[in-house]
Amino acid sequence: MAAAGGNNGRPVVVVTGMGVITSLGAGKAENWTKLTAGESGIHRITRFPNEGLKTTIAGSVDFVPVEPFCSTELGERMATMVAEEAIGESGIGSKSDFPGPLFLAVAPVEIEWPHRDVLAAGSGANDTVGYGDLWRASASGRFRAIHERCQFASVAEHLAERFGTKGSPISVSTACSSGASAIQLGVEAIRRGEADAALCIGTDGSVNAESLIRFSLLSALSTANDPPQAAAKPFSKNRDGFVMAEGAAALVLESYAAATARGAKILGVLAGCGEMADSFHRTRSSPDGKAIIGCIRNAIADAGLTPDDIDYINPHGTGTPENDKMEYLGVSSVFGERARSIPISSNKSMVGHTLSAAGTVEAVFTLLTLQHQRLPPTINYKVPDPAIPLDVVPNTARDAKVRHALSNSFGFGGQNVSLLMSREPA
Amino acid sequence: MADAPREVWITGIGIVSCLGEGDEAHWQGFAEGRIKIDAERFAPYLVHPLAPLDLDKQIPKKGDQRQMEPWQRIGTYAAGLALAGAGVKGNAELLARTDMIVAAGGGERDVAVDAAILTNKPKSANPEAFLNERLMSDLRPTLFLAQLSNLLAGNISIVHGVTGSSRTFMGEEAAGVDAVRVALARIEAGQSELALVGGSHNGEREDLLLLYDAGGHMLHAPFQPVWERRSGMVLGSLGAFLVLEARGHAEARNAKPLARLARVLSERSARPPGAVSAALTRMWQTLTPHGARAGMAVISGATGAQPATNEERAWLKSLAEVPVRATGSRVGHGLEPQFSMNIALATLALGREKLFPPADSSGVEREYEGPLERVAVTAVGHWRGEGMALVEAVT
Repeated sequence: MAAAGGNNGRPVVVVTGMGVITSLGAGKAENWTKLTAGESGIHRITRFPNEGLKTTIAGSVDFVPVEPFCSTELGERMATMVAEEAIGESGIGSKSDFPGPLFLAVAPVEIEWPHRDVLAAGSGANDTVGYGDLWRASASGRFRAIHERCQFASVAEHLAERFGTKGSPISVSTACSSGASAIQLGVEAIRRGEADAALCIGTDGSVNAESLIRFSLLSALSTANDPPQAAAKPFSKNRDGFVMAEGAAALVLESYAAATARGAKILGVLAGCGEMADSFHRTRSSPDGKAIIGCIRNAIADAGLTPDDIDYINPHGTGTPENDKMEYLGVSSVFGERARSIPISSNKSMVGHTLSAAGTVEAVFTLLTLQHQRLPPTINYKVPDPAIPLDVVPNTARDAKVRHALSNSFGFGGQNVSLLMSREPA
Repeated sequence: MADAPREVWITGIGIVSCLGEGDEAHWQGFAEGRIKIDAERFAPYLVHPLAPLDLDKQIPKKGDQRQMEPWQRIGTYAAGLALAGAGVKGNAELLARTDMIVAAGGGERDVAVDAAILTNKPKSANPEAFLNERLMSDLRPTLFLAQLSNLLAGNISIVHGVTGSSRTFMGEEAAGVDAVRVALARIEAGQSELALVGGSHNGEREDLLLLYDAGGHMLHAPFQPVWERRSGMVLGSLGAFLVLEARGHAEARNAKPLARLARVLSERSARPPGAVSAALTRMWQTLTPHGARAGMAVISGATGAQPATNEERAWLKSLAEVPVRATGSRVGHGLEPQFSMNIALATLALGREKLFPPADSSGVEREYEGPLERVAVTAVGHWRGEGMALVEAVT
């Protein structure tokens, strides 16, 4: 084990606390047990009626009650729960006094239909309702809570107040790679020496009618509604889209020096971060895979490693025809012949796509994989795609020796982030 | 020990607003004291409407223009101006290494669809099923891509080819401050050489007026400059991007400094009374450790919202002789891009070695004909977030 210096003489960044919630349950223990048992958290949507919808399934987190439902509110509650778990495990700071900044991956906040309904009712309009009527209601001063709830800064503000994080909290969106971007921002802040610790959270509670319909209209979602648990089929030939899901995860990052100085247990190392934006298209990757390839290579290089050092890949693995094809191109280009033998298993086959939270949720699962030396499977892998010859750890978990693992996150808008996690400091 | 922070220059600015596009239009507009207001379209609200842009100049493909909603066009246009000003536009080698941080809210709604649903949903036998049905058939599939916060950055990547990295910060005014703060910190620490940072805002939106007035934060007609208002914001449509660059990187490619970005600070609190003034005082003391105020001005991002603006006014009084200008009185308040807009305006003023005239009769802004060497830019969010930058002339 080496020193605090690390690659390029900058601080090594380690993980000392983790928390996670998905449709499989709350907490690391329940999630890990179910994940390695190959259980699915995908189920029929009951939160709102599914009449007229092409997709009627999701990995919603229904055991965290929010009434009336509000996606941002659910996101905030889940973020609070995972932060408590992570900070509790790390033992850092004291109550309401986290000694570092907050980086939050959160779904874009918006006024939701229940808010609009309340304002419309409050407007007193009795025949047609327009924005002029809603203005009349909002100007009345009776709906101040809607202003606060619908500020983009509101979730981070409330978390910062509750956990006592330091400085101005940052809410980041890089679409479906947001969770990885939040971790990357934390790693960079510690490497710059701005902070000895950072709280990085990803959260997403977006399963509401309009959000589901938006993805549905882009033909991004699986419509294999029966049975729900079999819908998410990453890397299978019959994959037909992702399954929308909710969840949250938190990581306490610390410099290796600070963590060891206070005798903290080190759960893993954030060894490298890579990023490259794609300028090809709003929802599709450049056909040559340039940005995905560059992103993975940047993460490996940032960690001071080579492709030969990578023992496991936690892919973006959404189960859309396009993503899995392009991710294979990226992985096979970077790893060459070895791509066929590096295990690569998609958590999304079980928990669905947790969107803004996915990068953080999957970082926690990758760190648990390193910790337990056991690979969660890709479930629903019944019809292999001959165009994607990868070891997807089909259907059943297995033990493996894993020192260094890669986690990929790709998002609309040409967003690509890869994180490289290691078991121990190099 | 970390190395001393590297010097960072502003080598490009790109701004659009009600005053037009680019440096000259803004300098002229500010020098002449022009205030452009539309009091009709959103009455009783007021708005500083975007000046017409020839979009083809920065977004050459009609297909790209069609894929965007106004907030994205404004931002993509302003980003193009900034890249062009820095001599980076069209340079594939530099663009592939350009790190981007965008401060963004969300995109426009289809207000006709919203209104039709709100009108008919309560009359429906099954309101929730009605909502599903209308959204499934009435939402344009690509509208989602115009709403996602990170799709301004995505469009900048597509239209201008910026691909080094791409991050979008959300969170109103504070997101605008932190975007610049993090971009600066990365260059100072050697994590980046060249960055495009800024944002855009379409103030001409029914849904935003609704949101901000729910908090009691909108000025209703008649118009008044920021310091003369009792309370309330007037939104403006703004796009503002900066190209930040390590001095050594700029010198190696013969890029000229427009100004030096010396420092960016940000804070947050739940704003008990006095917290905003205290935060401004702390940040000011950090920026001016020796109390030197000669050749210095403040360009304020005051919104008009209370109690934030009153606390900033009280703090400004403590600066006595330092001249102050609130740009919200001229171009309106744009939330996320306000801070980068004000850094850009500070850069323009430093380049001309003089401050533009006041737009205030309350006594906060006073005539100033003296020299200008440094500008402190303030950002006090209408609800949360406090920030300050120090922009200096490069001599």
